[in-house]
Amino acid sequence: MQDVVLALLTKEPSHGYDLRQRLAAALGPLGDALNAGQIYVTLTRLEKAGLVLQEREDAPVRGPRRKVYALTAAGQQRVAAWMAESAGPRADVTEFHLKLVAAAESGLTDPLALVDARRRELMRSLAEAQRAALAYDTVSEAGLLLEGITLRLQADLRWLEACERTWSARAPRGEGEGNG
Amino acid sequence: MKTVVPRGSGRNRGRGRSSRSETGDSPRSGPAGRRPAEPAGPALRAVGLTRVYGEDESLVWAVDGVDLDVPAGQTLAVTGPSGCGKSTLLQLLGGLDRPSEGEVWLGGLRIDHLGERALARLRRRSVGFVFQAYHLMHELSAAQNVELPALLAGASPRAARRRAAELLQQVGLAGRARHLPSELSGGQRQRVAVARALANDPLVVLADEPTGNLDSAATHDILRLFDELRAAGQTLVMVTHDERVAATADRVVSMRDGAVADDTRLDGDGRGTRHTHGYGGGHGGGTGLGALLRWED
Repeated sequence: MQDVVLALLTKEPSHGYDLRQRLAAALGPLGDALNAGQIYVTLTRLEKAGLVLQEREDAPVRGPRRKVYALTAAGQQRVAAWMAESAGPRADVTEFHLKLVAAAESGLTDPLALVDARRRELMRSLAEAQRAALAYDTVSEAGLLLEGITLRLQADLRWLEACERTWSARAPRGEGEGNG
Repeated sequence: MKTVVPRGSGRNRGRGRSSRSETGDSPRSGPAGRRPAEPAGPALRAVGLTRVYGEDESLVWAVDGVDLDVPAGQTLAVTGPSGCGKSTLLQLLGGLDRPSEGEVWLGGLRIDHLGERALARLRRRSVGFVFQAYHLMHELSAAQNVELPALLAGASPRAARRRAAELLQQVGLAGRARHLPSELSGGQRQRVAVARALANDPLVVLADEPTGNLDSAATHDILRLFDELRAAGQTLVMVTHDERVAATADRVVSMRDGAVADDTRLDGDGRGTRHTHGYGGGHGGGTGLGALLRWED
């Protein structure tokens, strides 16, 4: 979650309440378990690690002045590294979803580029699992496990199709990556 | 499929995503295929291939400017959502349909402007088709179905019979040679269809959703069969919406709106190193699948 919070601070400094709202919007019912305290715990840890620093809001439009958090240079580096790194073979749906949201909100990476990279990664894992599955009898224990693994990977790939549709519909006009 | 009016503004619209390829088109390295004397150049080539349906206000670009080289011996899967043009592309590649624009080359011969008879002859000798719904002749036995293409291509009845027996053996149906299609399961029918596709030792086998009607066990059998063909150096292009089927190919081309959206190699370079993420160097030596195991004591 640290990486997601850092990414949400990329575009502009923000306060804990705003971060929680944005996460809640991205997570829907999965965010119900997320309370305000957890965001502040994360922000405090990030501050101790020197990745964010606290600022006072200059002139709030209304209400009291709130603590506003901003990325440090180290925080920016960490976000960039997180964006560049692949999600890994075991990443779950929520993790990758938040990365796409964070990529779009931060403007650091095109979510569609992440979807493409993820598709290739999963497709290669699937190729490996499927070729292994063909070598085993479907009724063997290993064959059964491999079938489960290929079905999971297939489900992930199908969800990526939905990600591609949604994020391409949202892509800002005129900002395509048409290079060639 | 996309509907476009007028033409000029229709090209490269939408998300503005161009085709991305991370790989070259070099033929698969590995054991020598059974056609060592394959002529140089791709087994199958499409250049600016375009197929437009309808007219005037309601033009539909089913296939829109596809460039594709399939090296001899490669197995290629074409995927994409329904309506993306993948089946139309396969029909164009196999000479079952004619492009509105562009070229199709089969084994170094341009086929898109051949006359009907020449094209039919070429299809019979050089292309093996496998369809989702098998398309077997109901009144003919399994063996007769497999003999038919050889007979049509001018083989002697004796040679056709010998070839059919050999192929049915290869697909594991030697014992069902005299059965009618109606007496066979879906998976068995499709294996007969694969044997029939191979009857004239085609340059390419084109398969349109070959496992679309099959359950997982029968799909397994067909994929194993394709894997044997692949090992034997058969060039194979299959259209599928099933990622698990596509994953058995050497290369996967994804289509969107009639165009190639992605082109990924699943064989060759980087195979052994790509799943290093997540485990330390000390655990090396295993396959990438090992990275899926979360072992916690």
